[in-house]
Amino acid sequence: MTLERLNVPVKTVPSAERIRSIEAALAARDGVARTVVNPSLGSVVIDYDPARTRVGALVEAIRDLGLTPGVARVRLAVKGMTCASCVTAVERALIETPGVVSATVNPTSAQADIVYEPRVVEFEGLQRAIEASGYEAGEVPAASDEAIDGQERERNQEHRLLMHKFWFAAAISLPVMIFSYADLIPGLREWMPMGSAERRVVWALLGVFTLPVMLWSGSQFYTGMWAALKHRSANMHTLIASGITAAFLYSVVAVAFPQWFPKQALAEVFWDVSVVVVALVVLGMALEVKAKGRTSEAIKKLIRLQAKTARVLREDQELDVPVEEVLVDEEVLVRPGEKIPVDGVVIKGSSSVDESMITGESIPVEKHQGNEVIGATLNKTGSFTFRATKVGKDTALANIIRIVQDAQGSKAPIQRVVDQVAGYFVPTVMILAVLAFVAWYDVGPDPRIVYATIVLVTTLIIACPCALGLATPTSLTVGIGKAAESGVLIRSGDALQTAKRLKAIVLDKTGTITQGKPALTDVVPSASFREDEVLILAASLERSSEHPLAEAIVKGAGERGVALTEAEGFTAIPGHGVSGRVDGRDVMLGNATLMKARGVDISSLSADWEHLAEAGKTPMYLACDGTAAGLVAVADIVKPDSMSGIEALRKMGLEVIMLTGDNRRTAEAIGRELGIDRVLSEVLPQDKAHEVQKLQLEGKIVAMVGDGINDAPALAQANVGMAIGTGTDVAIEASDVTLITGSLKGVVTAMEISRATMRNVYQNLFGAFIYNTLGIPLAMGLLYPYFGLLLSPLIAAAAMAFSSVTVITNANRLRYYQPQGGRV
Amino acid sequence: MTSDRWIVTVLGLLLVTFIIWFFWLKREKGTRAATTSGGYQEAMILVKGGYTPDVIVVEHGKPVRLNFRREEVAVCSETVLFPDFGKSQLLPTGKTVAIEFLPDKPGEYEFSCQMGMLRGKLIVE
Repeated sequence: MTLERLNVPVKTVPSAERIRSIEAALAARDGVARTVVNPSLGSVVIDYDPARTRVGALVEAIRDLGLTPGVARVRLAVKGMTCASCVTAVERALIETPGVVSATVNPTSAQADIVYEPRVVEFEGLQRAIEASGYEAGEVPAASDEAIDGQERERNQEHRLLMHKFWFAAAISLPVMIFSYADLIPGLREWMPMGSAERRVVWALLGVFTLPVMLWSGSQFYTGMWAALKHRSANMHTLIASGITAAFLYSVVAVAFPQWFPKQALAEVFWDVSVVVVALVVLGMALEVKAKGRTSEAIKKLIRLQAKTARVLREDQELDVPVEEVLVDEEVLVRPGEKIPVDGVVIKGSSSVDESMITGESIPVEKHQGNEVIGATLNKTGSFTFRATKVGKDTALANIIRIVQDAQGSKAPIQRVVDQVAGYFVPTVMILAVLAFVAWYDVGPDPRIVYATIVLVTTLIIACPCALGLATPTSLTVGIGKAAESGVLIRSGDALQTAKRLKAIVLDKTGTITQGKPALTDVVPSASFREDEVLILAASLERSSEHPLAEAIVKGAGERGVALTEAEGFTAIPGHGVSGRVDGRDVMLGNATLMKARGVDISSLSADWEHLAEAGKTPMYLACDGTAAGLVAVADIVKPDSMSGIEALRKMGLEVIMLTGDNRRTAEAIGRELGIDRVLSEVLPQDKAHEVQKLQLEGKIVAMVGDGINDAPALAQANVGMAIGTGTDVAIEASDVTLITGSLKGVVTAMEISRATMRNVYQNLFGAFIYNTLGIPLAMGLLYPYFGLLLSPLIAAAAMAFSSVTVITNANRLRYYQPQGGRV
Repeated sequence: MTSDRWIVTVLGLLLVTFIIWFFWLKREKGTRAATTSGGYQEAMILVKGGYTPDVIVVEHGKPVRLNFRREEVAVCSETVLFPDFGKSQLLPTGKTVAIEFLPDKPGEYEFSCQMGMLRGKLIVE
């Protein structure tokens, strides 16, 4: 009996008592010789007899014990399958491969969906298994890529088909136009005069040519109309189809039964109307398909950002694996110039990383041990190893794509109004067309039947429900995509429309305006000390402390380039400060209470202390051998671009309000410095939402900017909640807008894009509305009694075809919009 | 008025009445979603020039899974939206795509394509 070893990674490490029971439960299974659960590696090792049990069964057993085995899923394209039995053969070959948990082969898509243990069998092993069973295995493009490519392929097919239909209709329309207007052409006029047999034959022939144009080039109008009629609804296709059919039928009657008409002049044909309308509208639809494809350019760019492979470290070996196979907690290597495959934390090495594709921030970011890296960003200079923290659907990029897709599909409130109108639009146009026909027939000038028919057809054709329906969604799609490119995730059309109407914007101070972390700001020596001496003493002493303030002092000293020494006898005095010996001197750092308790005279420094405290900083006294040596102050410093961001927001006409827990004097000092309109100070964290509500009660539409965790209730209370992103955590539920950059510049960008997008939406809606309200009465001939103005159905067709193209083109203009990002 | 005018007028008005009756005065009898063993209320919806069926009746408080299958290439019906549930979904031609959500309040919720040309209604009881 030969035993094989299976090493299954598990996601959660069980407790010690559980380990024993798990080991026992697994070992009791048939074919299992030995089981070891290794909590430090997070894996279950099983020695088993392959003749008596299978890997899949063991993995299932592990799952049944409440553990989550770290399995990966991959899809492979299988070529050469011709029959149903091939499917079974491939499936069996895969399932019998050690490490494969399950395999399903879909014969229609010719793809195998395989769940397997990446540590047992490699990607190549799976390919080999398929090939061994007599078929070819190939890579399937990543799921998202595939969807995008499929969509693109569909669009291209649709476009090609429509263009063929257009060229066919255009080719037929040439002779049809010439012979329909024979009376205007010398030579033809004489050859086929009105009422002659020649004319009748030619016109009948034209009718024969017209029929395939209507039935093939215009087939989508009829199928579209029929499909809608089955639901007792009507759409653009209904209008076009009834328009061209009316013109066609009139012509058929005119040729077949000219004697039915009281005068010969009335027995006219409108073949030209049918053919040219089909040609123009089909051309418009083809252009629309192309233009609509461009509106989702941004999301395609995002999807294509995804890295294809990753270099992981498995059992001390570097392995190139598809990015889908990377497991959480695996170590991943990245070399200069490579894409970082998934999200993670740097554990070794350092580099600078270009994160612009995700955050919109163009300056590369330095990454050291402990820093977060985002998947799909570009490693520039150094090599490093990182531990994967988020893979597959959980990565920042995957979340961004999902959020953008959802948002692009969402509706702005204004769209709901349009939807209401759209429901009544087409039947209303049909009623108007019928009424216009009746009116022209009853009281119109002669030849009444001709005018009435023209008016009916023109009215049906000029109305364009598409322009109205497309106006909002196309702009939203482009605008939200544009925002995502700049590192701003707008979650819904609702947020976008509200953002445009904002009156006030509340900024949480800590973490939004400021870094959210203390930093060393001031060192004030007393008379007998030098500045660097004070800093050396304070920082050397604080080196042993883990307090965030201490860290800020040590880091500040490092940045100022002073050399630190070792401290002895370090003692922390909770709530007061620290003490110890540095260079043989007794050093204390802390508050006034500590100094007074130890009999240190601090009166010479108290004025400076007051001054620093007033500016919102945290000053600490330093005493050396019983005398006051100086002050060291730390503060949560303002982000470099906060000031320009606030200025830009004010220029947009927003009231900028700062929300902070600081005392009033401090808060107001900072507020003045930054040019903030209003400061809400001494606000307890749990009262933030209430403060936002109070502002809303003043009748303001309020945006709140804060972090997604502590400020969640306030973000939810605000009309628009904007969450400052923290690294890879982009899916912040409470927010309407997520700013990946974590800077106020993102708020400005969000506002600018919202405004530009809504402006675009209004332009589109206005255009579509004006077009229809002017076009339809014109087509009905309302201006005829006054100005003798009547629209030709051919002009109406051109106008209709290009009105929806215009709407989409206008939306696509947004793609070139450049947010100023707070540059003033 | 001459007799032909009378005929045209009467026919026109009849046509208008027909349009109003046909498009606006339709009664809706929805299709009730079937409850599966998994506890989902499921319904299959064909997307082709419209949604078939276009009125779906479900009970509130139970998860709903609607399987959309789009059998046309027209770009119009490419996306289906459930604005009230914040859902939007691309529907690739020839593939069945499931949309899941939990309606917790009774009422009538519309769903539509991105342009609002194709419409359907979800009645939650």
